[in-house]
Amino acid sequence: MAITKQNLRALNGDEAVAYAVKQSDVDVVAAYPITPQTIIVERFSEYVHNGEVNTEFVCTESEHSALSMSLAASATGARVFTASASAGLALMHEILYVTSGCRAPVVMAIANRALSAPINIHCDHSDSMVERDAGWIQIYVENSQEAYDSTLQAFRIAEHSDLLLPTMVMLDAFFLSHTLESVNILADETVRKFVGTRKIPLIRGHGGKLVPFKLDPENPITMGPLDLHDYYFEHKRQQEEAMQRASGIIKEIHDEYARISGRKYGNGLIEPYRLEDAEIATVCLGSTAGTTKTVVDQLRSKGIKAGLLRLRTYRPYPVEDIINALENVKAIAVMDRSHSFGAQGGPVFHEIRHVLYDASIHPPVVNYIYGLGGRDMPQSLIHEIYKDLQKILETKRVEKPVQFIGVRE
Amino acid sequence: MHLSRGTKEWSDLKLASLQEIRWHGRGGQGAWTASELLAKAAILEGKYIQSFPEFGPERMGAPMRAFTRISDDPINLHCGIYTPGVVGVLDPTLLKTVSVAEGLAEDGVLVVNTRESPVELRKRINLDGRKLWTVPATDIATKILGRPITNTAMLGAVARASGMIDLKSLEKAVGERFPKKLAEKNIEVIREAYKEARSE
Amino acid sequence: MTTEKKGWKEIPIAGVCWRPTTDYLTGDWRTFKPVRDKEKCNRCLMCHVFCPDGAITWNSETEDIGFNYDYCKGCGICKNECPQEAIEMVLE
Repeated sequence: MAITKQNLRALNGDEAVAYAVKQSDVDVVAAYPITPQTIIVERFSEYVHNGEVNTEFVCTESEHSALSMSLAASATGARVFTASASAGLALMHEILYVTSGCRAPVVMAIANRALSAPINIHCDHSDSMVERDAGWIQIYVENSQEAYDSTLQAFRIAEHSDLLLPTMVMLDAFFLSHTLESVNILADETVRKFVGTRKIPLIRGHGGKLVPFKLDPENPITMGPLDLHDYYFEHKRQQEEAMQRASGIIKEIHDEYARISGRKYGNGLIEPYRLEDAEIATVCLGSTAGTTKTVVDQLRSKGIKAGLLRLRTYRPYPVEDIINALENVKAIAVMDRSHSFGAQGGPVFHEIRHVLYDASIHPPVVNYIYGLGGRDMPQSLIHEIYKDLQKILETKRVEKPVQFIGVRE
Repeated sequence: MHLSRGTKEWSDLKLASLQEIRWHGRGGQGAWTASELLAKAAILEGKYIQSFPEFGPERMGAPMRAFTRISDDPINLHCGIYTPGVVGVLDPTLLKTVSVAEGLAEDGVLVVNTRESPVELRKRINLDGRKLWTVPATDIATKILGRPITNTAMLGAVARASGMIDLKSLEKAVGERFPKKLAEKNIEVIREAYKEARSE
Repeated sequence: MTTEKKGWKEIPIAGVCWRPTTDYLTGDWRTFKPVRDKEKCNRCLMCHVFCPDGAITWNSETEDIGFNYDYCKGCGICKNECPQEAIEMVLE
């Protein structure tokens, strides 16, 4: 497959997601508006109004209902999309688990926004980080182009017959959602071929008969019924098995997309940036990784061996890839745009230290909580982090394993 | 704003062709649209772009800012703009309450909507060595559009003062954004403001 | 000019505000100001009922309606609702 012809447009992250949904022949969009995801549903509702899509669009009374409706529609075999953020995602919490437990391949865009109180509409990762246990595939994007690309890939990933796992695509509030960027759009026909139609696998139903895995009066089945202590555990073990398969499948779909678009994001799971011979490195998610790439370039121009590891896929956690990527780095700083109050540091920090525990080398790993509530993370502060890493390298000592950076003392 | 740490040491390391523009306006005056139109014009010239707004309390008349980035290379930065090369001020009443020149680069240019000449205006504001252009954008907009929406006039003035964008690209972007009659009027506004903009 | 921002050790918990909202004279947001014709006005108080800011009150001493221009944002709902058409929105 050759790189296909594309159209360059100025779109913000939300518009890029909406355009991807438009091209993907989605059957149902059930959503509730919340800043900063509103542009996704507003733009999509315009497409519906103009007859540009053949989608059943429902504005539900709450996010809890939006996801319940999405799950139900998906269970009948429909291709489904929804979007939320912050308090909206939190309101859906219960149904996130139900959706993954029912193996419904719902695709949801999350415009990462802080949780109240106090009320804040700006960017941090608290909303989706707290849902990392819910059994959804989680992908964090760095820019509006990747938001478009990843939404298209998400339908293929979620609906893959060996996965059937709902998938969240995360984009940073305002820094991406409301920021106009240069986005290359694939031709409608190319997307149609890539995304295809949803294929329903077969499942053993009543009397052992093989029937399509969907709610259908012709071949009735029940999804997600009462489980007692004798079967619940086995169903959860199955879900974990699917998650284990997800890494390989995400990489395959990423590579297939790279062939038609000419764009890669690392290997689809992680994106190492100038890490091969890096002595000091940061680990980061989302749009801040972009700013950090510029900082790394600046440091490299001065001969400093700096690098960056961007985590793109957060669930399933790319254990092997992370160990391989960080194996020769001598001091690591993990940047967390969310926090676990009372824990020593943020979630990304915990999980990085955890996977490195089994590795053969144990470089110092420190944590910086940054950017909560949309606090900007400028190049100057990222330079501070790399300076600290250089000091750790020289002195072989860690003064403070966990710090808040960018907060007014 | 004091941050727990931070340094000015690296601010001189400029990225090769990156240009950063800050717009000052009041909610409802079209500063956000100005930042977008400049970005959309630049994308027509084959540049990479970013444009984003920054609001305080979201109401008509509240001071707000918008930003544009233009570069020959893909833009990785996703942080705020602190040292713009160009600042455009859509509403002269903002000069009293907002430090519009804050962070403006040493060789930067400030473009202000005002009837005053740059020489007169410089006496009133703290600009140090940086360049100043003025344009009577409200008058131009009121004359041609019938409304004091100064964003397209400011785009014409910024194009003239900075040389960073071709008038034709701006006109094409405007043509794509507005319905025909309104687009034609706005193009007239841009051309007039381009002509009327004055430096010292 | 904005005041110097405080650090985390200096601020009250839970985002409790150290100034009441009434300290903010939102009247300065106005572009148009409601002006009442006392001859046409029959004191029905519909303006008071509909004002979303509570900026129109009954003054029992003067036995007349009072407009509180410190907080009136000039939305024009009072003019819209006045059955006597006694209110005009005037550019300030």
